Amino acid sequence: MKALIRRREAVLLLLLLVEMAAMQSLSPLFLTPDNLLEVVRQSAEIGLIALAMTLVIITAGIDLSVGSIVGLSVMVMGMLWEDARLPLAVAALLALLAGAGLGAFNGLLVTAVGIPPLIVTLATMAGFRGIALGMSQARSIRNFPEGFLWLGQGDVLGIPVQVWLLAVAALFFHLALTRTAWGRAVFSVGANEVAAQLSGVPVSRVKLQVYTLSGFMSALAAVVYAAHVSVAKPDAGLGFELTAITAVVLGGTAVSGGEGGVLGTLIALLMVGFLRSGLTLARVPSEAQDMMVGLLLILVVAVDRWSRRAGAERS
Amino acid sequence: MTSERLSSSLLPSWRQYGREVSVGVFLLLLLGYFGATPGFLQERNLRDILINAAPLVIAACGMSLVILAGMIDISAGSALAVCAVVAGLTAKAGAPLALVILLPVLTGAAIGAVNGWLVAFLRIPAIIVTLGMMSVLRGGIIWWTRGEWIGNLPPSFWAVGRGEVAGIPNPVWIALGMVVATALLLARTPFGRHIYAVGGNPLAAARMGISVRRVLWWVFVLHGALIGLSALVYASRFSVIQSNTGVGFELLVISAVVVGGVNIFGGQGTVWGSALGALLLQVISTGLIFRRVSEYWAPSVQGALVLLAVVADALRTRRAQR
Repeated sequence: MKALIRRREAVLLLLLLVEMAAMQSLSPLFLTPDNLLEVVRQSAEIGLIALAMTLVIITAGIDLSVGSIVGLSVMVMGMLWEDARLPLAVAALLALLAGAGLGAFNGLLVTAVGIPPLIVTLATMAGFRGIALGMSQARSIRNFPEGFLWLGQGDVLGIPVQVWLLAVAALFFHLALTRTAWGRAVFSVGANEVAAQLSGVPVSRVKLQVYTLSGFMSALAAVVYAAHVSVAKPDAGLGFELTAITAVVLGGTAVSGGEGGVLGTLIALLMVGFLRSGLTLARVPSEAQDMMVGLLLILVVAVDRWSRRAGAERS
Repeated sequence: MTSERLSSSLLPSWRQYGREVSVGVFLLLLLGYFGATPGFLQERNLRDILINAAPLVIAACGMSLVILAGMIDISAGSALAVCAVVAGLTAKAGAPLALVILLPVLTGAAIGAVNGWLVAFLRIPAIIVTLGMMSVLRGGIIWWTRGEWIGNLPPSFWAVGRGEVAGIPNPVWIALGMVVATALLLARTPFGRHIYAVGGNPLAAARMGISVRRVLWWVFVLHGALIGLSALVYASRFSVIQSNTGVGFELLVISAVVVGGVNIFGGQGTVWGSALGALLLQVISTGLIFRRVSEYWAPSVQGALVLLAVVADALRTRRAQR
């Protein structure tokens, strides 16, 4: 299985290079350091979410509420800072906590009550967004201090801050998944829940942790995103779930669970980011880009299913 | 458990309709509650509620089939926008009314056929197919219309949405007709029973000789056609059609179906429940406006209602298993 994953990631890398060459031929502005760094900066925020989404999907679950958690936690931060006059750092920490709490709420409904993750997170996608809009009455919060904006707009050693953040988080997630007993538990829950339960894996606890993590990473992305765009708005993160899920699935994590990894997710994230950037430079409207990302998602899963079936018939 | 589910769906009994009765009682209580606000219980307002609920009820008929078969469709809102634009453009081109009615329905059926093919024959999970399709259709329709509204619709177009027969508005007749037709399809035809069987246990259904793929494909096609009809009823009431029509509509439809007691795992529930669920959502949304609750809260109320319904289902199932 490991060889298969490695091969898949190699294929993805190759595709990424081909794509970059194609985009360069579309626009000579594509392969400039400025453009590439900007793409990576923009991708990094959704990347933080996609890392946790990878774990959720490996457990055979899904989290559609991540975009709404971004919107709600960014407003928690903004309103605690502006209305409750808390220091921004404290407000941001509380927003992270709120994100984790919202994720845990999803997790509890999935594990303790036994509702399918699709329905839980579809409902909380609406619920959390409504709370974000309702409590803020759809206003935006601006004028964040310079030091905070550095988080989303600054560089360290010429590389955007959020890319460092993503790199550290990715390394952490990768090691947790591949080198620890907890990582093996995550895979076993997705591969065969009953077998995992019988072999002593605390299935419910693992799932609860994974959804909590997903909420936390969404809130982290929210804080960085607010610093990047210099504004906290309740409609922040709209549609993030689609990009994050596309990256995870494109990266080779099976929707049926039990298989996958964060490296594939990262490469796929860049593929989507470069695709959008190249098309933007080529003046393709963003709606047409949405269309292509949607098509890409369906196409990749279709090819994956087809090749798997062909492989199964051969062996 | 599966056989129990199947038999309970085949043999109607009063206990089986517990959910429909409780949603109905809840609906009456809500009418009483909101009725305290002046103007709410006036005939004109009640009539508006029914007309506004009609597109939702029609779409909920289709979504009931999908969820009963154990599937899901989150591209319904984007499909609604595509079909509404098709209806509007056909009407603007001066086509006869029959064509204005037929084309959006066929468009919807075609979208359903693609979704169904990907789900049933390529065996891609419905959530992935329809998540992708949601942005394909939405991106496509904004690209096509360049985000512009379709205005200057001919008054003949309004015959569907604003007309009435025997004092009852056309949308209400259409919605009622679709609910009855779907109920008959589910309860009185082999195809209807096959949908319950496939949703209850696909493996067992296949062993009984049911072509699971074909049932699933047809379910998506019918659902798509109903979305097309819903789009027609929806669009033909307004004088412009916006390209962001139906954003979030999928969640509203799924909520109606789930609140109405259709089991999210498939195989259990009735279209009557879904229709009541749709009415309930509409009454709440109109009621909140009368109570001057900010519309920004509306998605939370809806999300909470869905969670309440599924938690109640889960607890009931657990008790039944003991």
